[in-house]
Amino acid sequence: MRSGLVFNVQRFSLQDGPGVRSTVFMKGCPLACGWCHNPESQSPEPEIIRMRHRCMVCGLCPEQGLEEPVGRSRNEADVEACPTGALQTVGQQMDSTALVKALLRDRIFFDESGGGVTFSGGEPLLQAPFVIEAMRLLRKESVHTALDTCGFARWQELQEASAQASLVLYDLKLMDDARHQAATGVSNRLILQNLKALSAIHQNIWIRVPIIPGINDDEGNLDATAAFLVSLPGIRQVDLLPYHATGEAKFARVGLLSTAQGILSPSIQRLETLAAHFRAQGLTTTLGGQP
Amino acid sequence: MNERTETLRRKSLDAIPSISGERAEITTAFYKENQGRYSIPVLRAMNFRALCTRKTLWMGEGELIVGERGPEPKAVPTYPELTCHSAEDLRILDSRAKTQYKVDPSVIESYEREIIPFWRGRSMRDQMFQELPQEWHDAYAAGCYTEFMEQRAPGHTVADGKLYRKGMLDFKVDIARAEAKLDFEKDPEALDKREQLQAMAIACDAVILFAKRHGSLAATEAANSTNPFRKQELLKIAAVCAHVPAHAPRDFHEALQGYWFCHLAVITELNGWDAYSPGHLDQHLWPFYQKGLGDGSLTRDQAKELLECFFVKFNNHTAPPKVGVTAAESGTFTDFANLNLAGLLRDGSDGSNELTHLLLEIIDELHLLQPSSNMQISRKTPDAVLKHALKVIRNGYGFPSLFNADAVVEEQLRQGKTLEDAREGGCSGCVEVGAFGKEAYILTGYFNLMKMLELALHDGLDRRTGKRIGAHTGEPGTFKTYDDLFAAFETQVRHFLDIKIRGNQIIERLYATRMPHTFLSVITDDCITRGKDYNAGGARYNNSFIQAVGIGSITDSLSALQELVFDKGELPLPKFVALLDSDYAGQESLRQRMLNKTHKYGNDDDYADALMTRTFQMLFEAIDGRPNTKGGAYRLEMLPTTCHVYFGEVCLASADGRRQGQPLSEGISPAQGADRQGPTAVLKSAAKMDHVKTGGTLLNMKFTPSLLEGEGGIDHLHSLVRSYFKLDGHHLQFNVVTAAKLREAKTKPDEYRDLIVRVAGYSDYFCDLSEALQDEIIQRTEHAHF
Repeated sequence: MRSGLVFNVQRFSLQDGPGVRSTVFMKGCPLACGWCHNPESQSPEPEIIRMRHRCMVCGLCPEQGLEEPVGRSRNEADVEACPTGALQTVGQQMDSTALVKALLRDRIFFDESGGGVTFSGGEPLLQAPFVIEAMRLLRKESVHTALDTCGFARWQELQEASAQASLVLYDLKLMDDARHQAATGVSNRLILQNLKALSAIHQNIWIRVPIIPGINDDEGNLDATAAFLVSLPGIRQVDLLPYHATGEAKFARVGLLSTAQGILSPSIQRLETLAAHFRAQGLTTTLGGQP
Repeated sequence: MNERTETLRRKSLDAIPSISGERAEITTAFYKENQGRYSIPVLRAMNFRALCTRKTLWMGEGELIVGERGPEPKAVPTYPELTCHSAEDLRILDSRAKTQYKVDPSVIESYEREIIPFWRGRSMRDQMFQELPQEWHDAYAAGCYTEFMEQRAPGHTVADGKLYRKGMLDFKVDIARAEAKLDFEKDPEALDKREQLQAMAIACDAVILFAKRHGSLAATEAANSTNPFRKQELLKIAAVCAHVPAHAPRDFHEALQGYWFCHLAVITELNGWDAYSPGHLDQHLWPFYQKGLGDGSLTRDQAKELLECFFVKFNNHTAPPKVGVTAAESGTFTDFANLNLAGLLRDGSDGSNELTHLLLEIIDELHLLQPSSNMQISRKTPDAVLKHALKVIRNGYGFPSLFNADAVVEEQLRQGKTLEDAREGGCSGCVEVGAFGKEAYILTGYFNLMKMLELALHDGLDRRTGKRIGAHTGEPGTFKTYDDLFAAFETQVRHFLDIKIRGNQIIERLYATRMPHTFLSVITDDCITRGKDYNAGGARYNNSFIQAVGIGSITDSLSALQELVFDKGELPLPKFVALLDSDYAGQESLRQRMLNKTHKYGNDDDYADALMTRTFQMLFEAIDGRPNTKGGAYRLEMLPTTCHVYFGEVCLASADGRRQGQPLSEGISPAQGADRQGPTAVLKSAAKMDHVKTGGTLLNMKFTPSLLEGEGGIDHLHSLVRSYFKLDGHHLQFNVVTAAKLREAKTKPDEYRDLIVRVAGYSDYFCDLSEALQDEIIQRTEHAHF
């Protein structure tokens, strides 16, 4: 039985595939996007954070430094003792059977809605053996599985994991390699190459394009993305996911820097305009992943 | 809405509630002259006839359905024979900031001169308080429970199909037949039965007379009308009133007007709880609708217009105001009439039809406070029907609420009803289950679970009133295990249930012998064949209910106590109790820990949920099946209306981190802010309770509008409802409104007068709610983090 580092299980998750789902957020990511919605998922180690708005300044933590990232200044015992739950450990080791048992608590909702479980992150494929095992157990229970990946993974692992996934949610951010490197810290060559190969063997892939104003929402990038996707079989739909500032406050908690400071969410009209670029190529396109 | 119904709706919204002294005056004069001359049932029926004969009639401009409870819309009669307002009560009603009723000085003057002097000491409320023992009064004053019948008469019932198939003259034939069968030689009750049956016959005549007076008025107005269209309408109204309710209705218009006269009759004779309700309206009207469309006498638009006129009538009926402490417990204009939609037919097939959709359309367009509406969802109910209802709910008016029709049937079968009667039953008031047209299902009072635990932690002493009202269950230091604590809790529960039920039996007998409801008996099976009144066990089924309040708060409190005192041994129980007595003074960290770091109900957390099911099972065993005096039995319900606020006010701080005086959790919802795993976890927790063993549970959920956008949003909500009902959940209701909007409404009430929110089993104008309740709803809504 394998164990994995999970940072959250979100029940009644509605935008990570069909129906009512539970999304398992795995901790650790090979990319470092400045607009990340879950920056606490980036490090592959457990971290302690402080939810400042919940803190009552009880005296357990020194009063100076409450605004700073917790880093190593607090330990598990402090998290346990924190009365309001402001101190939290992000990242919990779970074994696959315990995780699956917890996930099956919502199976009646999965059954009723045609939903299931999505593995997301972070990057789930950083912990591919664990994720594959968990998805296999879920499929044994007739639960629909989805893998939400950035595609920056060893082909072997992507292939094996996608074989256990009824649906693959595949993120594409920028087509230009130099811009991709600047924005995420890694080259997109492996990502594009993997998608090409995956689309030849998997029949149910949804492409997820986060729309980050000023970073990747230019027509050049989106047209290039659409042109690339049109050439691939296996692509069922494209979801344009508008940037939300929800992640911004979280960066400071884990001592990271957001490069998306001050970026506003794109308007519905703007998203519709962008979606038209994809639809013009004959690609089924949604806003926000909702049909 | 068309122009007519839009005008009628507007007028209804603009009408200002007022108190009418007319009913009290007629009744008082009648009693002065006739008390002692007749048997009680006949006296009551004759008083009703006097009201039907003398009451001022109202026929509003443009109305198609006619008849008001008072002399004009929103003029509310009083019922001094039940509970007699003091002059002070009336002055408070006239001047209070919320749910105000205008009271003309002449009414107060008439009360002081005639009504109060006659009814003081004679009203049911006074008689009741006189008869109830001291232990009952002490527990009542401490807030252990409330008593429904100290304000209004038993009622809580709903019409079935026969009201749309029979006229009063048909009922009179039944009455005569029953009277002919009386055996004065062998049946010692024969005389009582004869008096009862004669009273019922008088009640039938009274309502026929009442309708005919309306018919004459319409004919007179027609003669005087210069508008040829209105003249025709008035002539039609006159013809309708000449036919129903004496005879069975022949068309859609007559069916609605016939019901409405019966409705008025029920609430004119007595002020029963929940007024009265038309039952499965879509099912009952269906034959008339089909016939009308078939023979060309009715169009869909005409049906809609008539129904809208009918809806406005309900909205014209502001609830009669209460007196004393109950006014704070539940200050509302709502009279709790509640329509049932969809559900099942007697043969078990799907009961929804085109009228279900038409009614949803009307509910959406009119969004009036009254009537409430609910949809009975069975496995057989088409998705399209449920989704239509969800789209209406999404608009945020709080209607309709949703019930699990299959569970509602199963609950009734468990109580011993026939399958067909159970299917024709449904839900009324807030969430209560009954066999429509055949059952007196009486709510007797809310029961304060938190107070029981508080008393268990204080050896029966109520610190607020300073009286030792509970059982001696030992000082907290003597509890060695969680089971010891739970046993003390159970002992207090049983102690106060005994007091409550002993009191209930007295009240039940008082109503059975002194305050029959003769007209309601006519239309409730089997009062006629048994020759017995609705209030005396005449109905086919007679369940009485006790409503437990605060299951979320009590579970979280027991959870904190079990974990910290008994599992971990961190906090000795006497210290914990001292902490609660001091309202966590100087111990905010500890309070935060109770709020944030203990297992809570509503998170699909088995540690907490197991404590909930144990408490529920204990309550069930302590209540279910205990006999009432009418041949029926006591049952458990889990609903609060707004009583969780009042019960919280009389309780000390609790082990779940709740401060002294703050509201308890409402219905079977988790304590405010305790649920952190989203809606699926709330539903899972709630479904661990065995709903089928209850007579109704209430689960209130809140969603921000953004979550419900588009077809996808409806689909997700649909899956939640269907899943919860698969798990045997009884009822679900949704509040769809943002916390920001509510906060604004609180500060600018004038701009948000029509903002309706779901409170607890019913909807109400937000601006009419007490501040405590407003804050509680804001807090509930803010927590909608998902």
